[in-house]
Amino acid sequence: MAHSEQEILAGLAEIVSEETGLPTDSVLPEKSFTDDLDIDSLSMMTIVTLAEEKFDVRIPDDEVKNLATVGDAVTFITKAQG
Amino acid sequence: MTPVTDVVVTGLGATTPLGGDVASTWRAALAGESGARHFDNDWAETYELPLTFAAQIKVAPSEVLPRQEIKRMDPSAQYAIIATREAWDDAGSPEVDPERLGAVVSSGIGGIWTTLDGWDTLQEKGARRVLPMTVPMLMPNSPAAYVELELGARAGAHALVSACASGAEAIGYAVEMIRSGRADVVVAGGTEAAIHPLPVAAFAASRTVSLRNDDPAGASRPYDVNRDGFVLGEGAGIVVLESAEHAAARGARVYARIAGVGLSSDGYHITSPEPSGRGQIAAMSRALADAQVTSADVVHVNAHATSTVVGDLIEARGVRDVLGADADQVALSATKSMTGHLLGGAGALETIFTVLALAERTAPPTINVTDPDPELVLDLVRDKPRDLRSGQVAAINNSFGFGGHNVALVVTSA
Repeated sequence: MAHSEQEILAGLAEIVSEETGLPTDSVLPEKSFTDDLDIDSLSMMTIVTLAEEKFDVRIPDDEVKNLATVGDAVTFITKAQG
Repeated sequence: MTPVTDVVVTGLGATTPLGGDVASTWRAALAGESGARHFDNDWAETYELPLTFAAQIKVAPSEVLPRQEIKRMDPSAQYAIIATREAWDDAGSPEVDPERLGAVVSSGIGGIWTTLDGWDTLQEKGARRVLPMTVPMLMPNSPAAYVELELGARAGAHALVSACASGAEAIGYAVEMIRSGRADVVVAGGTEAAIHPLPVAAFAASRTVSLRNDDPAGASRPYDVNRDGFVLGEGAGIVVLESAEHAAARGARVYARIAGVGLSSDGYHITSPEPSGRGQIAAMSRALADAQVTSADVVHVNAHATSTVVGDLIEARGVRDVLGADADQVALSATKSMTGHLLGGAGALETIFTVLALAERTAPPTINVTDPDPELVLDLVRDKPRDLRSGQVAAINNSFGFGGHNVALVVTSA
């Protein structure tokens, strides 16, 4: 079943919070993974792996570099749900 | 002769089956408590294990570490970090040039939980679900790396792997780092988190562990005629070592000195100790010579003594061979009777016990020896702690590992 953008944002916020310790309400669409949330490449790949499982989507490695913000990831996952 | 740089112990840290820190662990050891318990889960039934108990850690890391650290570290590294924080704090968080600060933290087995969890994930969900932190968590140098990161140590981080001698060998290597002038302060020790169904099954298959399922607390019984193998344990011990000059310059409290390091290998068998004890004797003799102390100075031995049928007596005869008639005035303690066998953590925890024994002049007891082996040739401290004599004295901590690794450390009073 497809998740709404809000559900995806909330789910991503949970994953990011688990990985980084940041509060979920700081994971907002306009936040940059690297500049705002201080997520390194290893953590980013962990988040991608967990997001793929949670939302049952495929996020190809080539796409990860295009996911600069949380909003980018929400948009990509929304579309990838098909 | 070039004077050897004195290496002193200024900080202690541990998390063990007896307690979540050094004070509680030492208190429990002096009280003769056992850390062995039945598994608090269904492993025994699920995997049809012949063994239903072990000496599991007393305080879960989740009670001490933030969630993010738990997620990024294998339990073996979690234990090491918990012990490191205590040891560093205990040492008074010494100010030291990062280029002169080292870390040597060993594990006998490494991140086996991470390895096997990753394998489960791969089998159940496929390669894309294997988490990217898997490698940095499973690698056996991971605890050393996390300790080095924690402290910003830049003199070198090392992880010596020598099975059950690993923790003691780490401390020996740290001593050499300070003596050779590569570092002023080194955080060193060993850690293990291998109480997982696979190693439990494998140790049971090797017939080296006690299967006394009806009496876990009585299962580890070094030197008792009814000893039948070791009890698997887990945990970490970490010490802060420092050159005597560096410690003196900052007015640090000194517990004891690590005055001698003796290493040898048996060249004999992958699991059995060489029956004559030649390798163990060589390690002890080298450590005493290195420390420049004589057998008359030795008042205490913390034995490797895992509670296997052959191993314990080979060591005891070796101690007598090395100390000669002076062995009669030596108090022998086998603390694995209480802690179980921490494998890569054992030599480090037992170094801490040896240091505390000298600092407090109290040899810890050996429990469960109801019927001492008549072939035991040494004076075993049974049931209750024993006072050690005052003055400048020395003690030996022995650690031996599968593969024929022998490490003896000589500790002298501060």
